[in-house]
Amino acid sequence: MSASSLLDRGVAAIASAIRTGEARAADLVEEALARVDAGERELHCFQTVTADEARRAAEAVDAAVGRGEDPGPLAGVPIALKDNMCTRGTVTTCSSKILENWIPPYDGTVVARLRSAGALIVGKTNLDEFAMGSSTENSAFGPTRNPWDTSRVPGGSSGGSSAAVAAGYVPVSFGSDTGGSIRQPASLCGVVGIKPTYGRVSRYGLIAFASSLDQIGSFGVTVADATTAFEAIAGHDPHDSTSINLPAPSLAATLGEGVDGLRVGLIEDFLDQVAPACAAASSAAAEALESSGAKCESVSIPEMLLGLPAYYIIAPAEASSNLARYDGVRYGLRVDGPDAEAMNGRTRAAGFGPEVRRRIMIGTYALSAGYYDAYYGQAQKARTLTIRAFDSAYERFDVLLAPTTPSPAFKFGEKTKNPIDMYLSDLCTIPSNLSGHPAVSVPFALDENGLPVGVQVLAPALGESVMLRVAAVLEAAAPGDCRGPVLGPRSSTHA
Amino acid sequence: MARLARLDLTDDELAALKDELSDLLDHVDRIRRLETHDVPPTAHPLPLTNVFRPDEVAESLERDEVLAAAPASENGRFLVPPVLGEAP
Amino acid sequence: MPDRATPGYETVVGLEVHCELSTRTKLFCGCANEFGAEPNTNICPVCLGLPGSLPVLNEKAVEFAMRIGEALHCEILPSIFHRKNYFYPDMPKDYQVSQYDEPINVGGHLELPDGTVVGIVRAHMEEDTGKTTHVGGGGRIHEAEQSLVDYNRAGVPLVEIVSAPDIRSAEQARAYVSELRGILVATRASDGRMEEGSLRVDANISVRPAGSSDYGTRCEVKNLNSLRSLGRAIDYEARRQVELLESGEAVRQETRHWDESASVTHMLRSKEEAYDYRYFPEPDLVPLVPENELRRRASAGIGVLPAERRSHLVSVLGGRDHAAPVMDQVQTVLELSLDGLVASAVHAGADPKHALNRAANELAAQGEKAATLAPESFAALLSLEASGALSATQAKAVLAELVSSGGEPSVVARKLGFEQLADDELSSVIDAVIAGHPEEWERYADGDKKVAGFLMGEVMKATRGRANGKVVAQAFTARLG
Repeated sequence: MSASSLLDRGVAAIASAIRTGEARAADLVEEALARVDAGERELHCFQTVTADEARRAAEAVDAAVGRGEDPGPLAGVPIALKDNMCTRGTVTTCSSKILENWIPPYDGTVVARLRSAGALIVGKTNLDEFAMGSSTENSAFGPTRNPWDTSRVPGGSSGGSSAAVAAGYVPVSFGSDTGGSIRQPASLCGVVGIKPTYGRVSRYGLIAFASSLDQIGSFGVTVADATTAFEAIAGHDPHDSTSINLPAPSLAATLGEGVDGLRVGLIEDFLDQVAPACAAASSAAAEALESSGAKCESVSIPEMLLGLPAYYIIAPAEASSNLARYDGVRYGLRVDGPDAEAMNGRTRAAGFGPEVRRRIMIGTYALSAGYYDAYYGQAQKARTLTIRAFDSAYERFDVLLAPTTPSPAFKFGEKTKNPIDMYLSDLCTIPSNLSGHPAVSVPFALDENGLPVGVQVLAPALGESVMLRVAAVLEAAAPGDCRGPVLGPRSSTHA
Repeated sequence: MARLARLDLTDDELAALKDELSDLLDHVDRIRRLETHDVPPTAHPLPLTNVFRPDEVAESLERDEVLAAAPASENGRFLVPPVLGEAP
Repeated sequence: MPDRATPGYETVVGLEVHCELSTRTKLFCGCANEFGAEPNTNICPVCLGLPGSLPVLNEKAVEFAMRIGEALHCEILPSIFHRKNYFYPDMPKDYQVSQYDEPINVGGHLELPDGTVVGIVRAHMEEDTGKTTHVGGGGRIHEAEQSLVDYNRAGVPLVEIVSAPDIRSAEQARAYVSELRGILVATRASDGRMEEGSLRVDANISVRPAGSSDYGTRCEVKNLNSLRSLGRAIDYEARRQVELLESGEAVRQETRHWDESASVTHMLRSKEEAYDYRYFPEPDLVPLVPENELRRRASAGIGVLPAERRSHLVSVLGGRDHAAPVMDQVQTVLELSLDGLVASAVHAGADPKHALNRAANELAAQGEKAATLAPESFAALLSLEASGALSATQAKAVLAELVSSGGEPSVVARKLGFEQLADDELSSVIDAVIAGHPEEWERYADGDKKVAGFLMGEVMKATRGRANGKVVAQAFTARLG
């Protein structure tokens, strides 16, 4: 496995080599599958490896090139999809027993777009059950290990997708972000993770957790790769009523425009809530931007701290309704009972893990008569306050800067005893989900244990272009060893 | 609450959940006490309105494929244990 | 007005009518909205509630809902959809997408033919559920061994029209539903077919002492699948409640089920068992704003409403204050859409009452097909009858034939053997009859009217029924000099 392998040279290089016939997709997919094969026993990034389908897709790409056709912007690029995106004919589990054997009869919009872009889907990645969690420890099928240190979590819920990129299996992958489920694992795995503006990417075919917060986004080794991957899936979709009716943004071309003159606000309210390494990384990021020509300032936005409690009412409330359909009637698991109601109850108790049950119960409570106004209604108002606070900050700043996570990758079991400890992992990422604004996590430092630490760039709605320009500058300023891939998983003794 | 959520849990499971939920409710208590006079609720981050679909027939799924994925079916229908009572 | 069935008490009724819209496709997906298809053939990821699927609102359904609102004189407002959460196997997502506290239409009214104005509280949009069939145990719900579910109907667009408690009798309730049905059909928003479940009615029923202005405790009665069930259930329920009150018991607020075969209502659940639906705004849909272009399109599709047709027909009949039997005929003619036929016959010179009579009786007997009769044929037939060219019996037979096979009235009459006798032929037959029965003629001439029937019968016998009775009677009179 040489570092000069085409697989490690980035999406643009791969697509161009495939397009010119310089390399064959069939060979590339074999290399990716070989890496998966070598790493998976230890890492468990994938829920399902779709080797045969990836090979068929590779043949189709090579044949298209042979016929002189355009094989698409992601031609021959091996990718991984979080296993909460519906893939026609391939089991889609959401890492839940309740969907263990479910094969969707349709492709989600993002999946269809990736297929037609020439991407090779290598497999479906592990996640916290129904995307509820920050470590993949809530997967019904066992956790994913962090390639940087296999005694530690990769973050979550899209931990399988972030680890698959960090392990060098694939240059880009896709996840979903409801409260930080792309950015937090990106930070913990030393890769780039983009959560786009709500409505930029279709949710059709994304198995819902919390509909008003869920958004699909991309992971990449580099900002450029993650950006290209995002471009391939963005754009209006008539099958999603909440899809923004604008053409897909063209972002890769402006990535190198720098930050000269940009106004950057460092959100200080998180700094005393996070580990020193994480606070230090964001301050260092502000300095790096300052020296690249941006004007950086600290800014206090106390409403940011309303995000976490508001989120832990809104997200479970929506989830309690979204997950009602898993009742054993039409698809998925059924545990029989003497009547339909008993069958529903037994199926759901057997099919959902502890965290999913917990959130269903919280959400049911928050929406119930007599509590709605006190909880759900108030949380919606807190959401308004968060949005207003962002709006007024963006009158002064082009982008905001913040830590991505309260800590670098933590050990397995460290936060599973008390659910609230785990929930705090989303402290700095949640506000962007409540507001629907875009945010990206970029690897920026290593902590004292040699673990990667990301920083977060936040932008107003549809502000991906300026956000990613800032991310590119940070990437260039960051030490090279703080990002993946980590070829060959490292055990904890290594770190 | 568990009945409303259609979760058939054991007494031990319910007891554990009860404690966790009460911890969580303490944690989000700040929201309950928030001064929100004159603050409108936000149900959705997007200011979109009137998103429609034309009234045109699109292809339906193959019944056999759908029923094959069902836990049980009979004569082209989904089969379930007896449904007692009317919809609420 | 105290009810006949419950002396001393007044029945108070409010109705909730679920109306299936006549869109080509379902409310949130492109599956066909059709009645009677093979089970589970009109299903897709959206209406089956498959993981990952999302709803997109059918524009035509919105237009229809707005038409209904306008026809019911509602205010059409910006609205949103909520999720109504409850578990039931025929509901694919285990929540129903429905409008809750911000519905599209609020505050209208509907005027019954008798002049009663019934308030409309709201008319909101929602999706229909699938259909559950209970098998084993004789098909009865409580004894079923298993249940089968068909999702073809799941996601079909509905508008639920909620009336104010302004209805005072079973008869009025039936009139309200007929009038509403007429409006729905006129707006083309629904086919209004109760027998296919396109209209489904729940009734909120209470009673109060006559003269009281307070409302009694109400019961909601479900499963009213025909006008007949509606009327019977209201009468039954009012009597049940009055009996309770008369025996010193209180009426309890509850939901009851009408059992058509046993002709009784029985309790489904009490108020205390009311389900907690946990309504919250549906995050997968965006708000609906009745912009001008939408309003314009909705208005443009509204046909002539029953009230307007009624007043037109009444004016065609001349005058306003018609007796109840006439108004019943008017209602029949309107319900079968025969008012256009009557009007054009009257314009062509037919006697209004005659035209109404033939339409409300003979044409109505022909069912829905009657409305396909060409107006000019109807007018021509009435004129043949009026001129005496056809007898009443003959005219009815020709009318039936015109409806079933079409054609030109005089041609059809000839085909049926109702050929007009030549005047001279009739005249010689009459002369022959008089000559053959001198005694009878004498008695007739002396004023014995009873014998006229005998003479008429002889003429009919001789002409094999081709003579027109009126013409013969005139001829007799003429011969008396």
